[in-house]
Amino acid sequence: MSVFEGFRFRHISSPVHRLDPRVKFFFVIVMFVAAVIFFELLPLIVLFTLPLPFVWLGGVQRPWMKSLRGAMFLAVFLFVFNLVFGYFSPSTVPYGMVPLEYATAMLLRFLVLVESFSTFFLTTSPDHLSLALEQSHVPYEFTFAFTTAVRFVPVLAEEAQTIMDAQKARGLELERGNFMKRVRNYIPILIPLIVSAIRRSLELAEAMESRAWGAVKKRTNLYVLKLRRGDLMLIIISIIILAAALYVRYFVYPLPTITMLLPK
Amino acid sequence: MIEVQNVFFTYPTANVEALKDVSLKIDNGEFVAIMGQNGAGKTTLIKQFNGLLKPSKGNVLVDGVNTREISVAQLARTVGFVFQNPDHQLFSETVEDEIAFALKNFGFNEEIIEKRVTWAINLLDLTEYRKTSPFMLSGGERKRVALASVLAWDPNVVILDEPTIGQDHKQKERLLQFIIQLNSQGKTVIIVTHDVEFVAECNPRVVLMVRGQIVANGEAKQILTNPDIALKACVVPPQITQIFQGLADLGFPADIIDVSEAGKIIFEHLELEGRKR
Repeated sequence: MSVFEGFRFRHISSPVHRLDPRVKFFFVIVMFVAAVIFFELLPLIVLFTLPLPFVWLGGVQRPWMKSLRGAMFLAVFLFVFNLVFGYFSPSTVPYGMVPLEYATAMLLRFLVLVESFSTFFLTTSPDHLSLALEQSHVPYEFTFAFTTAVRFVPVLAEEAQTIMDAQKARGLELERGNFMKRVRNYIPILIPLIVSAIRRSLELAEAMESRAWGAVKKRTNLYVLKLRRGDLMLIIISIIILAAALYVRYFVYPLPTITMLLPK
Repeated sequence: MIEVQNVFFTYPTANVEALKDVSLKIDNGEFVAIMGQNGAGKTTLIKQFNGLLKPSKGNVLVDGVNTREISVAQLARTVGFVFQNPDHQLFSETVEDEIAFALKNFGFNEEIIEKRVTWAINLLDLTEYRKTSPFMLSGGERKRVALASVLAWDPNVVILDEPTIGQDHKQKERLLQFIIQLNSQGKTVIIVTHDVEFVAECNPRVVLMVRGQIVANGEAKQILTNPDIALKACVVPPQITQIFQGLADLGFPADIIDVSEAGKIIFEHLELEGRKR
């Protein structure tokens, strides 16, 4: 559950929170692209440090750390996997790197992705997000479905916990048995969870209809997103990052690796 | 026997102290109702009884064993817990399988499972639904299936979280009879409820909670009729008590919660009045 905890928005006011969500999302996409085109450690270290100022400015260090910690399990898994594969079939490791550097780079790439997405979700309220979608001309039905989904994640997480408790009270031991048995142990939890999610969505639909959802075709908003100076700055920063990443990728050759820099 | 010794509990995510220095002893064969406002810590307390939650400080002993040293599944064998919402546990294709689930978890053999399932189904009057999917049943019936699925393994302690919610009067009446019957068979029954009238009718020991603490613990008659305590815990006394307290100037006793007892007193009073004339 701690991974969800790390993505849950809390209302705070900070320069980062006030930025236009569309611009912030553009920044995240840039980070995503940059992280995906590199598999070398050095540029990924640089990329990893880029969102840090936003984390500090946004004052979300603690939940941000939590989201990273939540991702640690998968990250360590990736690391070990790449390391083992690197040693057993060296051809998977790019030229000029030892498996350790490559595995570390892959771990860091994953962390860069988690880090930028979590920074985005931690500093962008769901309302802001739906506003951004709406003003990017996404049909309101989709916007609404999206925000509802986001809003119900913590509710579902809590419900999953209750269901787990209820089944444990009936003698279910989740941690018992071999791998297949353990997977099967989750059936008594998944079925009530899915059934209640479907029931809940039907109830929600009825409640919405009874409150005349969709009666007004043209919607207006209290808040209108407008690009301010900070937003323009972030756009420029994002473009610089993207341009720099593309330049380094396609024109700097060979890209130095730590393995090469170390004295033999 | 369940012993709660100076238990403190804080939810890790919410950082709120849900139980503050709670001590309580429930003997075998007792019938206890835990009452209090929403958020008073009732559910948190009963989840300590079968180890779903472990105290942050203090100890909970079930039959002398500390809940920290034993798994929920092992504890569940003695402490049966029926959750408030049956939809949180029903998942099988038939009512029969649903009831057999826990029995399989506890490792009973086929023959005993068959026998126990039949017994529980008859007990809760679900015979006609034996092969029906629990999802097709009505709310009250689902609640009965959930209850049957716990009673099937015959736990010594039965905990019911809000058993009366969503039940009509007839079902409540049956539930009452049922609980009294369980209790008379020597089972410890613990209910958590807001339903004052229901508690007044079954007359258990009442444990009253306010903001994570036990503020009163004693006979239903004493606690539900005490206006000070009731005010503190936001519990409205049963209607019959309110009537009698309103008639205190005519010499009616103020500590009546049982309707038939009340009837008797009124008849006596009327007879007395009649004789005077």
